[in-house]
Amino acid sequence: MIEIDNLTKTYGAGPQAYQALRGVTATVRANEFFTLLGPSGCGKTTLLRMIAGFETPTSGKLLLDGQDVSASPPYRRPVNTVFQSYALFPHMTCAENIGFGLKMLGKPKAEITRTVGEMLDLVQMTPMANRRPSQLSGGQQQRIALARALAPKPKVLLLDEPLSALDYKLRKDMQIELKRIQKDTGITFVFVTHDQEEALTMSDRIAIMNAGTIRQIGSPRDIYDQPAERFVADFIGETNFLTVGLLGVAGQTARVALPSGRELDLRAPGELPKGPQVTMAIRPEHLELVAADAGQLSGRLSNIVYFGTDTHFHVDLGEGGALVVRSQNKPDQMPRLTAGEAVGISVLPGTGQVLRD
Amino acid sequence: MATRPKPPAVDGARAALLTPALLIVTLGALAPVLVIALYSILTPGDYGGVSWTVSFQNWLNVIAERDFLTDEMTLAAAHLEIFWRSVKLAFLTTLLTFIFGFPAAYFIATRPPHRRDLWLMLIMLPFWTNLLIRIFAVMQLIRNDGIINNLLLSIGAIEAPIQMLYTEFAVLVGMTYLYLPLMVLPIYASMERFDFSLAEAGYDLYAPRLRVLQQVILPAIKPGIIAGSILVFIPSLGDYVVARVLGGGKQLMLGNLIGMQFGELRNWPLGAALSLTLLAIVAVAMVIYVRTAGAEEEPHG
Repeated sequence: MIEIDNLTKTYGAGPQAYQALRGVTATVRANEFFTLLGPSGCGKTTLLRMIAGFETPTSGKLLLDGQDVSASPPYRRPVNTVFQSYALFPHMTCAENIGFGLKMLGKPKAEITRTVGEMLDLVQMTPMANRRPSQLSGGQQQRIALARALAPKPKVLLLDEPLSALDYKLRKDMQIELKRIQKDTGITFVFVTHDQEEALTMSDRIAIMNAGTIRQIGSPRDIYDQPAERFVADFIGETNFLTVGLLGVAGQTARVALPSGRELDLRAPGELPKGPQVTMAIRPEHLELVAADAGQLSGRLSNIVYFGTDTHFHVDLGEGGALVVRSQNKPDQMPRLTAGEAVGISVLPGTGQVLRD
Repeated sequence: MATRPKPPAVDGARAALLTPALLIVTLGALAPVLVIALYSILTPGDYGGVSWTVSFQNWLNVIAERDFLTDEMTLAAAHLEIFWRSVKLAFLTTLLTFIFGFPAAYFIATRPPHRRDLWLMLIMLPFWTNLLIRIFAVMQLIRNDGIINNLLLSIGAIEAPIQMLYTEFAVLVGMTYLYLPLMVLPIYASMERFDFSLAEAGYDLYAPRLRVLQQVILPAIKPGIIAGSILVFIPSLGDYVVARVLGGGKQLMLGNLIGMQFGELRNWPLGAALSLTLLAIVAVAMVIYVRTAGAEEEPHG
C-alpha cells in the first residue's frame, strides 16, 4: 500500500519556480492496478519518479506499507521501475539484465539463476536469455525490462508509459499481458499513461491528473460514467456539456431545467456550484434521436458523420448550444436522416451528471 | 543478424578520390618507417648520416653494450633504465589523466546541454597556448624558487625547498597536465551519448552509486576510456619536450635517447633501431591493452 500525503514538488525558485506537483494526496491499495492518467506536463511522471525515489518531494510524505520512505534513495526502496525507454543495460545479456537487481541485493547464485529462469518464463522470453538487448525487437525489450523489474519481487512496480513505443497491435497484446502478469504476481502496479483507452482497459482504479493535482480517483467505470468535473469529463472520452438551470438538490440527485424547459433528474455527487446555472455532462452514446416532438430536447440536425461502427449526429439546439448524439449502426437502421431535419433527443434514464465546476 | 551492406566496388572516380589520402599515408607514414628500417641496419657515418655497410650491430646495441676493455657484451643498463622509465611514466600518465579526466568528463556530460560547450572550451583552452609556454608554466610552479615551494616555505610547512624540478615527478606532472584533454574529450564523447536512464535503472535495481558507476556507467563508456588511454599513452611514451625541459636532461625518456643518437652522438643507425623499438613497444602495449580491455566484449551481430 502506498500512501501519498500532500506531496508537492517545486523546481527552481523565485519567479521562475515551477510547481510540478501541488499537493497530491492518494492511497494506492495493495495488489491493485493503479493508473495515473493525464495530459503531458500534468505531473504524473514526477509523481511516479517520486515513488521510485528519483525525485525528492519539496513537502509532504510518502509512505510505503506504513513506512515513511520520502527520504530514502531508490536503491533502498522495494520498488522497481519499467522505464519508458526500457533502459536495458546494453553490455549485459537478457539473463544478466534480469538478474542485476538480485545480484545487487546479494542473493545467492542458485537463487538468481532460478528466479531469472522463472521471470524469462513469465514473459515468455526463455529462448532469448543469452541475447543482448540490441538484438531484440522493441516488444521483446519491453518484456525483458518488465522481467528485470519484477525479478527482485518488489512491493510496487512502477511503469512509466511502457507501451508508448510499441505499435498498435503489439500494444494491445502487451496490455492483456501486463494485466495477466499483474494478476499472477499480485504485485501493486502503478502505471503512468496519457492514453485513456489504455487506462480504461487495464486499471482497477484511475487517478486523473491535471496541472500537478489529482482531479478524480475511481474505477474506470466511475471515471467514465460519473466524471466529477469538466476537465475529467472532457479528458476521458467524448462529452456533451450543457448549461442547465439548477432547481433543487436532494441527496445525490439534482433536478435541473433543460434549455427546452423540460425538467430532468441527474446524478450530482459532491458539492455543486452555487447559483442558478450548472453544467451538465452527458456522453453522446447516452442520448438517443427520437421524433421531433418527442424527447426532452429538440433541435435541428447540422451534420451527420459516419464512423462505420456508429454514426455521430450533430444537433444544433438553437439558443441552448449543440450536442452530439452517437448511435450504433444496426442493420435495421432508423429512417435515413438528412442534415437540416428537425429531431428530438431523449436522455437515457440514469445517465448524465451535474459537474462540480 | 543484420546483413552488412557490401562495400561498394572501387571504380575509377573513387580511386581518384582516394589518391590524395593514399599519397599522404605512403609519403608521410610508410616511407619514413621504411627509411628508418633501412638506416637501422646500416653503419653510422663519421659525421652523422649513414655509411652503406649492412650491420646488425645497432640492434644489438639497443639492449646491450660492449665493454671497452674486455670486449664482453653486457646488458645496456642505461638503455633499459630509459625504456623502463618511459613505459612507467607513460603508464602513470595514462592512469593520472584518467583519474583526473574521468570526473571532469562526467561533470561536463551531466551539465545541461547548452552549458557543456563552455566547459569543453575550458578544457580545450590550454591547447591554444604554445606547448613550451605551458611546460615553462609548470616549471614556474614546481621549481625550487617557484610558487609551490615559496608558498609552503612561507606558511612554514617545509624548512627547505622540495626538489621537484628535474625529477620523474616533474615529468609526470608535465605530461599529465599536457595530455589531460586527450583523455577528457573521448570519455566525454562516449559519456554524452550515455543514456542516464541506465544509471537510474541501476539505482532502481538496488545498486548504490559506486556499484552503478562500476557496473553500468564504466562498461558503457569503455570505448571512450580505451580511446583516451591510447591517445595519452602513445605520445607520453615517445615524449621528448617535457622530459627535456622538466626532466632537465637527467630523467631521459626514449624520445630523448633517440634524439641524442640523431644529434650529439651521431649514431643514426642506433637512433633508427631505437625508434623502431619504440614503435614495437607501442604496438605490443596497444595489442595487450585492447585485448584485455575488450575481453568481455562480444562481437556484435
